[in-house]
Amino acid sequence: MNFLIYLINGIGLGSVYAIIALGYTMVYGIAKMLNFAHGDVIMIGCYTVFLTMTRYGMNPYISVALSVVVCTLLGITIEKIAYKPLRRATSLAVLITAIGVSYFLQNAALLLFGANTKSFSNVVNVPGITLADGALKISGTTIVTVVVCIVIMLILTWFIKNTKAGQAMLAVSEDKDAAQLMGVNVNGTISLTFAIGSGLAAIAGVLFCSAYPTLTPYTGSMPGIKAFTAAVFGGIGSIPGAFIGGILLGIIEILGRAYISSQLSDAIVFAVLIVVLLVKPTGILGKKIHEKV
Amino acid sequence: MAKLNLKSIKKSSKDAFITYALVILVYIVMQILLKGGHVSSLIQGLLVPMCVYSLVAIGLNLCVGYLGELSLGHAGFMCVGAFTGAFVSKALRDSVQSNLLLFMIALIAGVVMASVFGFLIAVPVLRLKGDYLAIVTLAFGEIIKNIVNVLYVARDDNGYHFAFSDTKKMNFDDSNGIWLINGAKGINRIPNLSNFTIGIVLILIALIIVYNLVNSRSGRAIMAIRDNHIAADSVGINITKYKLMAFTISAAIAGAGGVLYAHNLSTVTATPTNFGYNMSIMILVFVVLGGMGSLRGSVIAAVLLTLLPEVLRGLKDYRMLIYSIVLIVMMLFNWAPKSIEMRKRLAEKFVKKNPTKEEA
Amino acid sequence: MKRFNKVVSAAVASAMVLAMAACGGNATDGSQAASSAANSNAAASSEATGNTGADQTTGTSAGTFVIGGIGPLTGGAAIYGNAAMNGAQIAVDEINAAGGINGAQIKFLKEDDQHDPEKSVNAYNSLKDQGMQILMGTVTSTPCVAVADKAFADGMFVLTPSASSTDVIVNDNVFQVCFTDPNQGAKSAEYISDKKLATKIGIIYDSSDVYSSGIKDTFVKQAPEKGLAIVAEEAFTADSKTDFSTQLQKCQSAGAELVFMPFYYTEASIVLTQANNMGYAPIFFGVDGMDGILSAENFDTKLAEGLYMLTPFAADAKDAATVKFVDAYQKNYGETPIQFAADAYDAIYIIKAAIEQANVTPDQSIKEIGDALTSTITTIKYDGITGSDMTWAASGEVSKAPMAIIIKDGAYASVE
Repeated sequence: MNFLIYLINGIGLGSVYAIIALGYTMVYGIAKMLNFAHGDVIMIGCYTVFLTMTRYGMNPYISVALSVVVCTLLGITIEKIAYKPLRRATSLAVLITAIGVSYFLQNAALLLFGANTKSFSNVVNVPGITLADGALKISGTTIVTVVVCIVIMLILTWFIKNTKAGQAMLAVSEDKDAAQLMGVNVNGTISLTFAIGSGLAAIAGVLFCSAYPTLTPYTGSMPGIKAFTAAVFGGIGSIPGAFIGGILLGIIEILGRAYISSQLSDAIVFAVLIVVLLVKPTGILGKKIHEKV
Repeated sequence: MAKLNLKSIKKSSKDAFITYALVILVYIVMQILLKGGHVSSLIQGLLVPMCVYSLVAIGLNLCVGYLGELSLGHAGFMCVGAFTGAFVSKALRDSVQSNLLLFMIALIAGVVMASVFGFLIAVPVLRLKGDYLAIVTLAFGEIIKNIVNVLYVARDDNGYHFAFSDTKKMNFDDSNGIWLINGAKGINRIPNLSNFTIGIVLILIALIIVYNLVNSRSGRAIMAIRDNHIAADSVGINITKYKLMAFTISAAIAGAGGVLYAHNLSTVTATPTNFGYNMSIMILVFVVLGGMGSLRGSVIAAVLLTLLPEVLRGLKDYRMLIYSIVLIVMMLFNWAPKSIEMRKRLAEKFVKKNPTKEEA
Repeated sequence: MKRFNKVVSAAVASAMVLAMAACGGNATDGSQAASSAANSNAAASSEATGNTGADQTTGTSAGTFVIGGIGPLTGGAAIYGNAAMNGAQIAVDEINAAGGINGAQIKFLKEDDQHDPEKSVNAYNSLKDQGMQILMGTVTSTPCVAVADKAFADGMFVLTPSASSTDVIVNDNVFQVCFTDPNQGAKSAEYISDKKLATKIGIIYDSSDVYSSGIKDTFVKQAPEKGLAIVAEEAFTADSKTDFSTQLQKCQSAGAELVFMPFYYTEASIVLTQANNMGYAPIFFGVDGMDGILSAENFDTKLAEGLYMLTPFAADAKDAATVKFVDAYQKNYGETPIQFAADAYDAIYIIKAAIEQANVTPDQSIKEIGDALTSTITTIKYDGITGSDMTWAASGEVSKAPMAIIIKDGAYASVE
């Protein structure tokens, strides 16, 4: 019985990682850059929801929608100012700039919102499910997170396969120059990717903070790095991979903590990650890269 | 005359000599200023940390700039070096009288341990590439940090006591012995053995090692692997051997940085800020900002970026915000193709105006 | 391009040397050149010269004491550092408004250490350049160990508001306002057993944190003597402190009637929420880091109902001193102060009391002041908002009575 409880908790935690990883992997797949500021965009999204709901008493749905708008605009702005000038530079330069952006967002939030912990109120008011005479509980937040995650995954997959913009993304991810030659607006496509990725970050943030209700300017950095790990785990660039990677990471973390050692749960997660990558060097669903000389 | 001499030397060794000269010059100037009492406590306190980060940046540059493999785990090697070094010097404090000798022993222990870890990690890591390699090194760094936090070593009259995560099994009472490594509390009361001179000497040694390596046959093999490993393989370069070599040396230098770090403060603990991925990333920032494959750039970037948040202290609450903006602007200035073009144009003008300046 | 790089690097290198020389040449101005607070600079630099020789520049005969404060003002621990600095500032303002210490005003300078020992030493050096004579800090333990060592070499008096590890006070010049970690662990075990709250105890703690594991270690050591059985001992780390369901589940499965939580309220609020979600309702017992949980913005206080904590400070205590402090804090910073703020507030007043007792003056050297305060602090008795009848042992440890508090109807209430 305990095992089932741990498993469900693991899925709950994993679904939050998964939804953040979706944004990571999407931006990586198209722009080929690790957007380390993704976690901090999540944090800004959470503050937007928090402030509009508690200070101005807005309806939760409207405030979530507003937060999606804020994050989307933020994502586009960051891309324009910090990443676009480096489009032709090495990917490492963009990575470092992303870290600069991450520091900037954290410190700006610290100045704007203060260092004190805010308690996030659960936006999800869906009742949980109780199984096996109350011994097994699945919280509403977990159910909603998993469902939202799957829905987003399906929409994204459909979008990339069946729309013109999606096809353009695919083309840009394969070969920027060739895509440009074929008349694809590369800059526009990358901006769109950032916009979608950041919009997803807002939703991920709301679900994250609903499940784990504290909010500080540094809330985003740790789940950000975990989600990055999850995205690599599943095969970075692959949308279903991010989902699987996230869920697996959550389950491993919880089971490792429960059955091996609670002090070493970080080490266990990373050790499993290393073993998986050694067996499958491009992650669970990653594409094999064929190199040309 | 000087011009002639410089031109006759090979370009690569000229590059190395300029770097050595720069480091020595900075050292001499600083010594003169220190003697004259013109240096504030803040800058005095920053001298050793600047050496630490320069060292680790040199090490990481070998891995990222020359070998072309992205490592996000160098803080882990620093951590191994720091803990091994601090452990050794604390354990031997009573039996070794000379400070320099004690530091040398600690340094050797730290460097050896860091290279062992570097080697062990390099073996599996070599199979991976790019971001997958980055995440695996990050994972190793985090594992090291996590394990150090549950490591307990103590010494009393009965000898050494070890424990992993569970202190109850140690049979150790702290009333008649001392803790050497105390879990999350780390190592305390480490003898203060680092100083600026040792730091500069270590930097010079690291520079000499790396410059000589990259200008040797092995170095050319390493760079050939970076540029095209399939081609390198086809001309008979033993890829595994050279990758292992570069990665291990890189880890060893980071370990030396760790030893220097630990002996500058009286305490060393493995926290996310000093030995977590944040630090690994910070060192990567030095390397990328300074220019991959430019050791001089790494040192300058490490010094500047260590100095920057401290001289910004006057900005009070806005300090870290301004720091992040400066970081972004510097990256754009250094790497954006447009800015490079603009700098080129400016440079041409500059060179035309002052034809002699370029040799400076 | 190559040539240009060389020119740039040469230029940068020379600029660096010049910058260092500039900082060295006029330490105070160099490190504060960018500061907008120009007027405070003048005082600082006059003080910097003042403390080495006779004080002629400040005008008033009594002079100015420069007290430095170090704590994490940015980074993950920023809550604690900012609270402490705010609390200290209130005390300084009150003292200055009331005529200072023996007529001397206090100038309070704060620096950020990001909860990192190396940055903390930098902050210490920077404050020294600005003329600091007494250190109120550092706020967190690990940085304090590093700074205390440097301060010992300078002979500076150090009073830390909240660095509670015993490693902090190994040097003679360092004193604490807060309880030591072992003390808190032992007192908690004693209280739980005396009041017969429970016998089966589950512990959740942060194994990567000095404070948390320090308290846990002594608690575990003391528990058997007090007839308490530890049925679960579960850790979390700084890198995974979002999900506590497993730790709670283990405590529940092991039948823990009381869950001991030696960590801060930020994490505790998640623990309480998750316990509530899974329908687990043991007695929750925290220590001083738990204080502040009710004032976290938007926190559902129902979750904390029945939470015990052993803390020296309660923001809604009704005594005049606490009310005055809490009012001033709310007026200036718009928040309810947490225990860190109260500790730092007391720390400034304790420094004042010690200075008055020792009769030191601002024109004495750092070491003279340090030696005088180190020997007098053990003779004074201080009544503050974080405890009455506080006295200090030469070891640096404070002796005061902890208060047990229970949360009842969404408010702190004292229990005897």
